Amino acid sequence: MSRPDPILHVSGLTVTLGGSAILHGVSFDVAATGVTALLGRNGVGKTTTVRSVLGLNPAGGEIRFAGRDISALPTHRRARRGIGYVPEDRVVFSGLTVEENLRLAEPARGVPRYELVHDLFPVLRERARQRAGTLSGGEQQMLALGRALLGPARLLLVDEPTKGLSPKYTAMVAAALGRMAEQVPILLVEQNLAVVRRTARDAVVLDMGRVVHTGDARDLLADPSLTNRLLGVSAPSAQAAETAGINTAATEAPAIDTAAMPASGGA
Amino acid sequence: MSTLVLLTATGLGLAALYFLVASGLSLIFGLMDVLNFAHGAFVSVGGYAAWTIADHVAGTFGLGVALLVAVVSGAALAALTELVIIRPLYSRPLDQVLATVGLGLAIPALLQAVWGADPRIWTLPSWLGGTVSVFGAHVPTVRFVLIAAALVLLTGLRLLLTRTRAGLIVRAGVEDREMVSALGIDVRRAFTGVFALGGAAAGLAGMLDGLYQGSISPGDGTSLLIFAFVVVVLGRTGSLTGAAVASAAVGLTQQFANYLSPNLGDESVVILLAAVLLLRRRDLKGRPA
Amino acid sequence: MTRTDTVRSKSVRTLLRSRGAAVLLVLALLYAIPYSTLRVPAVFDGPLDSPGVLQLLAVCLVFAGLALSYDLLFGHTGLLSFGHGLFVTGGMYVTTILVDHAGYSLLISAAAGLGVGLAAAVLLGAVALRVDGIGFAMVTLAFGQAVSLLVVSGSPALTGGEQGQTLNAASVPAVLSGIRNTANLYWLALGYLALCAVVVWWLTASVPGRVMRAVKENEQRVAVLGLNPYLFKLLAFVVAGLLATGGGVVYLLLLGGATPTVAGSDFTLGLLVMVVLGGAGRRWGVVAGGVLYAYADQSLTRLSGSTSVAALPGLLRGPLQQPLFLLGASFVAVVFFLPGGLATLPDRLRTSTMRIRGRRTRRESAHG
Repeated sequence: MSRPDPILHVSGLTVTLGGSAILHGVSFDVAATGVTALLGRNGVGKTTTVRSVLGLNPAGGEIRFAGRDISALPTHRRARRGIGYVPEDRVVFSGLTVEENLRLAEPARGVPRYELVHDLFPVLRERARQRAGTLSGGEQQMLALGRALLGPARLLLVDEPTKGLSPKYTAMVAAALGRMAEQVPILLVEQNLAVVRRTARDAVVLDMGRVVHTGDARDLLADPSLTNRLLGVSAPSAQAAETAGINTAATEAPAIDTAAMPASGGA
Repeated sequence: MSTLVLLTATGLGLAALYFLVASGLSLIFGLMDVLNFAHGAFVSVGGYAAWTIADHVAGTFGLGVALLVAVVSGAALAALTELVIIRPLYSRPLDQVLATVGLGLAIPALLQAVWGADPRIWTLPSWLGGTVSVFGAHVPTVRFVLIAAALVLLTGLRLLLTRTRAGLIVRAGVEDREMVSALGIDVRRAFTGVFALGGAAAGLAGMLDGLYQGSISPGDGTSLLIFAFVVVVLGRTGSLTGAAVASAAVGLTQQFANYLSPNLGDESVVILLAAVLLLRRRDLKGRPA
Repeated sequence: MTRTDTVRSKSVRTLLRSRGAAVLLVLALLYAIPYSTLRVPAVFDGPLDSPGVLQLLAVCLVFAGLALSYDLLFGHTGLLSFGHGLFVTGGMYVTTILVDHAGYSLLISAAAGLGVGLAAAVLLGAVALRVDGIGFAMVTLAFGQAVSLLVVSGSPALTGGEQGQTLNAASVPAVLSGIRNTANLYWLALGYLALCAVVVWWLTASVPGRVMRAVKENEQRVAVLGLNPYLFKLLAFVVAGLLATGGGVVYLLLLGGATPTVAGSDFTLGLLVMVVLGGAGRRWGVVAGGVLYAYADQSLTRLSGSTSVAALPGLLRGPLQQPLFLLGASFVAVVFFLPGGLATLPDRLRTSTMRIRGRRTRRESAHG
C-alpha cells in the first residue's frame, strides 16, 4: 500500500546568499495531502527553503511540483501552477483594502473561491472595505491565508502564521489550517509546536541548512529527547495543548494558561 | 497684490512642470527601484518632436498634433528603454543606474547634434501667447495651461491607479513587488507600462516646458530632471499626492525666493531639501527610517 | 617544461606580483618620465619631456587621483554620489578667490580651501547620508547643482562666471611657474596621485575601511553587529571629499586658473566613468581608468577635428563630435560589454587562454 506521489519533491537544494551558504543540499518531499511541517531552530534555513521553492532566491538543485520540474521557471509562473504563498510576518498590501487584496489574488483562469475563503474567515467579508493596514495582526493573518486560497492552489507554503499572535488568534489560525488542509496540502513552517501537533502529519527537520530528520510529526513530538535534540525545546503534552485552547474551534478560547504553552514566535 | 498673484501663478506653473516629470519618476522608482536618469532625455525628445511638428504644421491644430506626438514619442522611447536597457539589467541595479545615466547624456547630445545647441524658438498662437487678468495681475496664459495639464494628469493617474486592475497591480507592486509575483502576476508587464506612462508624461512636459520658456534647448530636459529628483525625494516615492504636494512646495519656494534675490530660488530648493532630510524620520519610501 | 623551470618561473611571478614591488616600479617609471626624450607617435604630440606632453600627463595623473578618491566613495563604500565635483570646485575656487581678491598667499589660500572642503564634506555628508543609496544620489546631485549655480551665476565678480578666473600669477612660487617648470608641476601631480594612493590603500586596509566594504555589501549586517553604518559612510565621504579638494588645488595650479567645467554634473559623471571603466573597487583599474579617460577627454578636440572623423557620413559624424554623446555611450557600452571594467580584462584573458589551451591539450591527448 504505497502513498500517492508527493506534490512537491525537492532534491539537493543549495542556496548561497550574500556570500554565505544557507542551504547545503536540502532534499525532502511534501505529501499530496495533509500538512507537512518544516521545523528547526531559528536561522537554520526554513524560510529560505520555502522562498526557494517559489523561486524568490536563486537556488541550485531540483524542484519538482506535481511531477514537473519548475526549477527554471520565474516566480509568477510557479505561482500560476498552483503554489500559494503565505509569507512570514503577514505580508498584506497595507494601502489596499481587504477586498482589493483579495481581488489581486484572483486567478487568471477559473472561478475564485470566495465562498470558501469567506466561510473560513468571515471577518474578511465583514471588513471588505477596510484598509488592510488598519487590521489587527490576527485579521491580517486571516487575509494572508485567505488570499492564498482564492485560486485553485494545489500546494500552500505557509511560513510561521502564528508568530506574534495572541493565543486567541493562534487557536483560530490553527483551526483554519486544519480545515484548509482538507482542501489542499500545506508545507507549514512553524515554531509553535502545539500548532504542529494539532495539524501536521509529516515533519521535516532542518539544521544548519541540511535535512536531519523526516518522519511522522506526532511520533517526533511524542519523543521528548528527540524533540529536544533537534529543536532545542521541549514538546508540549497533549494536556498543554488542550489548556491552550488549540483544540477548540475558531471562537473565544477559555482562560489561557500561557505558562503551559511553548514560546510562540520570536524570530 | 498683483505681484503675489503673479508669483503664485508662476510658482504653480513650475510646480505643474515638475509634477509632470516627477510623477513618472516616482512611480518608476516606487515600483521598480530604478533611478531613471534617462527621464530627462524623454522630456527633451518629446519637446523636440513637438517643436518639429509645430514648426511644420501651423496654428492651434498644429499644437494639437504636436501634443499627441510629444506624448507618443515620450512613451515609445520610454518603453523601448525599459525593454532594451532596463530589463536585461534587472539583477544588476547599479549597472541599471549607470546605463540610464549614459542614456541621459547620450540622447540630449544626439538631439544637439541634430537640432544644434542654440535654442529653437516656439511661436505661440495669439490665444496662448497672451495673458489672463487675475486680481489685477497679468498672468501669462501658458501658466494656466501647465496647471490644467498637471491637474488632468493627476486625476487621470488617480483613476488609473484606483479603478483598474493594472493600477491595482502597480499600487501593490510599489509596496511589495515580490508578493505580487508570488500571486502569479507578471510584474514585468507592469514595469513596461509604468515606464511608458512616465515617458508619456515626460514628453508632454517637454512640450509644455518649451511653450513656457518660448524656446527649447537640448539641456532643458536635464535641468527639469534635477528638480524632479528633489520633488521625488521630498514627496514619498510611489505616492502621487506626495509628488503633487512636493511639486507645489518646490515650485512656489523657488519662485518666491527668486523674487527676493535672483538665483536664490534654486539655492533655496536645495536648502529646503536639506532641511526636510534633516528633520524627516521616514526613509524615501515612507517607511520609518 | 621541466620541474625546475616551473619552480623558477613561479617564484619570479610571485615576486612580480608582490604589490609593493609593482607600485615602486610604476612610481619610479612615472617619476622618470620628464627625463626621457622618448617619442610615442599618435599618442603624444612630442617627446615625453616636452611641456605639452608633461602637461597632458600631469592632468591624467591628477584625474587618476580624483578617480581614486571617488572610488573610495563609490567602489569601496558603495555610495553613488553625483556631486563629487563640488569638492574639486571648492578647492579650485576658494583658493583662487582668496589669492586674487583677498590677497592671501597661495599656501594660506590652499590651506583655507582644504579647510572649506573638509567643512563642506562633513556638513553635506551629514545631511545627504540621511537617505539611502538612491536618495543619496539625488541629494548629492542637487548639492552639486547648487554649487555649480553659485560658481557660474551666483557672483560673477568673485568667480568669473562662465569664463572662470585666472590665478594671480605672482602668487605662484617660481619653482612652479613658467613653461620651463612644467616638469615640477608634473611631479606635483604625481605626488598628489601618490598621496591619494597611499591614503586610499591604507584606509581600505584598515579596520574602518573594512567596515566600509561591509557596509557596501550588507549594511544591515553591520548595524546588527552594533556598528553605526552612518558614521563609517560619513568617514568615507569626508576623506574622499578632502582628497578631491586637494585635487582641485593641484588642478588649479596645472591650469593656472579656476574653470567652471569642474562644477558641472558632467565632470562628476566623468569621474564615475573613470571608476566604472576601470572597475569599481579595483584600484589599479581605477587609476588606469582615470588616466585613459583624462587622455581621451583632453585629446577630444584632436579626435573630433581629425580627418578620419570628418570623413564619416554626417549621420555618424554629428554624434561623434559631441563629447557628451561619447561619454554617455561609453557608459552604456561598459555596462553591457565590459561589466566590472578594465580590471576584469586580465581575468577574462586568462580564462579565454586557458580555454584555448585546454582545448589544445585535449585535442593533443586525443590524437596522442
